[in-house]
Amino acid sequence: MKDPSERGLRESATFDRASIAAIQHAARTGVYDIRGWGAKRAVPHFDDLLFLGASMSRYPLEGYRERCDTDVVLGDRHATRPLHLDIPVTIAGMSFGALSAQAKEALGRGASEVGTSTTTGDGGMTDEERGESKTLVYQLLPSRYGMNPDHLRAADAIEVVLGQGAKPGGGGMLLGQKISDRVAEMRTLPAGIDQRSACRHPDWTGPDDLTIKIGELREITDWEKPIYVKVGATRTYYDVKLAVAAGADVVVVDGMQGGTAATQEVFIEHVGIPILAAIPQAVQALRELGMHRKVQLIVSGGIRTGADVAKAMALGADAVAIGTAALIALGDNDPQYAEEYEAIGSAAGYYDDFQDGRDPAGITTQDPELAGRLDPVEGGRRVANYLRVLTMEAQTLARACGKAHVQHLEPEDLVALTIEAAAMARVPLAGTSWIPGIGS
Amino acid sequence: MAALSRSEADARESAVHTVHTVTIDLASATVRQLNAELHAPTATSYEVLHPQGAHSIGAGIHDEIDVHVRGHAGYFCAGMNQLAHVVVDGSAGNGVAENMMSGTVRVRGDASQSAGATGRGGLLVIEGSASMRCGISMKGIDIVVGGSVGPMSAFMAQAGRLVVCGDAGDGLGDSIYEARLYVRGSVGALGADCVEKEMREEHRAELAELLRAAGFDHDPGEFRRYGSARGLYHFTSEHSGTY
Repeated sequence: MKDPSERGLRESATFDRASIAAIQHAARTGVYDIRGWGAKRAVPHFDDLLFLGASMSRYPLEGYRERCDTDVVLGDRHATRPLHLDIPVTIAGMSFGALSAQAKEALGRGASEVGTSTTTGDGGMTDEERGESKTLVYQLLPSRYGMNPDHLRAADAIEVVLGQGAKPGGGGMLLGQKISDRVAEMRTLPAGIDQRSACRHPDWTGPDDLTIKIGELREITDWEKPIYVKVGATRTYYDVKLAVAAGADVVVVDGMQGGTAATQEVFIEHVGIPILAAIPQAVQALRELGMHRKVQLIVSGGIRTGADVAKAMALGADAVAIGTAALIALGDNDPQYAEEYEAIGSAAGYYDDFQDGRDPAGITTQDPELAGRLDPVEGGRRVANYLRVLTMEAQTLARACGKAHVQHLEPEDLVALTIEAAAMARVPLAGTSWIPGIGS
Repeated sequence: MAALSRSEADARESAVHTVHTVTIDLASATVRQLNAELHAPTATSYEVLHPQGAHSIGAGIHDEIDVHVRGHAGYFCAGMNQLAHVVVDGSAGNGVAENMMSGTVRVRGDASQSAGATGRGGLLVIEGSASMRCGISMKGIDIVVGGSVGPMSAFMAQAGRLVVCGDAGDGLGDSIYEARLYVRGSVGALGADCVEKEMREEHRAELAELLRAAGFDHDPGEFRRYGSARGLYHFTSEHSGTY
């Protein structure tokens, strides 16, 4: 049988095969698609930017001889114990519940090996994670699952989560198949039920209240811990201004490519903005407040390579966070499980059903047999390797631009390949001085 | 700390950490100074004067001490309390005893929104009334309110007991999990998946114990019990009209 297009048949651009399949699925089942991962649609991204390496008008640094530092200090605005990280790549918040205990431990091991931080998630702090994480950020989420003042004091920083890039404005979701007895106990919920996390914090509403809430967290922890505020990228300019006004030491902005353990596909693909569009808004807000580099900016959502790291920092971020990429480093979507992915209706390279608890790689599951496949020590080594590569790649690009520290990268080092990326990132279209929306 | 006022005898005893009552006056001391002392207590009992609605009074205490606040408190008074026994001789702002783990907090007056929010243990007593969202997302705390509670109280309440000696506003127990609610007066429209349940002997017994612990002498027989119908524990598309 010839391919339909070779027989002169025409596929609808509007009702393409994916749209037809989605309609058929909805009609057949009466449910919408829930999945993990982040936005899969193509959006303007770091690939649409290029660095202008040094030549006549700029002086490069020797690639293997001259220093290019990568350390970063986070949270020195108010906290008496700010974080000092060796590299500007951190591990984003992912919950025990969404991930297995082995995966959480492995992330902690990997991050600690290279001197960076990892982050809890919507399920509280586990002993494995705290024990293996030299620097651990403890999230305060609307659900407050497992929230414990002892853990606040045991953490190295606190992240008040208002939203995430995959679902700004939405709460968490953990389906019953992943609510094991241990997860249920940590969250004070019956085992096996579909768990709905709130989308709003239970004890404060709006930026003025957040100011008071941050004050309470500082009091509980005796002003030692940096307080982050994390938002999903939407109205980033205003959100960053309000977060800073509320007293944040660090603002975390997560673009729409940022991953999730589970939410509606319609949410993932249709809410939020790309991280490329969010970073300049955040930097503008910080600059206008005189807080750029004083309140640190961490960005996330689609960071894959050292080039992405370097470009995010050139646009003004102080550090980045990775989630999906860290899971891939652990073994997510590994071809060695190709047959098993096929058996559950997916394929290596496509697997995103983090919600259903059947992850062959043992990462997004609470099934003891599957989770047991992931060796936390080996997983930690893989994560550390990956983090080192990201860092070395970012250093390579920074040296080429003549920078002795990756944080010295600046927008002037970048050009855009497309008009859309130029407008969002606020850097010139390559070969021109044109930044759409800024002027001629 | 200049703001601490101790008798000479107490001051002598403080060297061996046996001071009985220390007075801290927030007219001259800061909340930071107060909480620093309460987090590393040199006494077993504290009196806080002129709170003047300050926020975060007594937040993060983790020792078995007594704290008596002589006046009105602002947001998050006794937030995340562990072990301590805190009394507010006045009213309390948003989130009193939020995420409390253990101990007791008693508010002699009224409480604003989100009283006892997400609390995981201990006993919160509000002798007056509480505003909206009392006991929101409660996770094991016991809350006894002498008066009434506002709308959306016990929203997404997971565990613990909420006792309301007056009336409850609309949306009581919306999306409730396993918390048990007892109301003596009228109840507005119940929230999604919240239903009235049979009052059995074990419920009357636990209610009597809660009332006794809170210092109220109401007859448990005057109360009705509410809890989860457990109809929303698993997603189905038929639920779309429920919320």
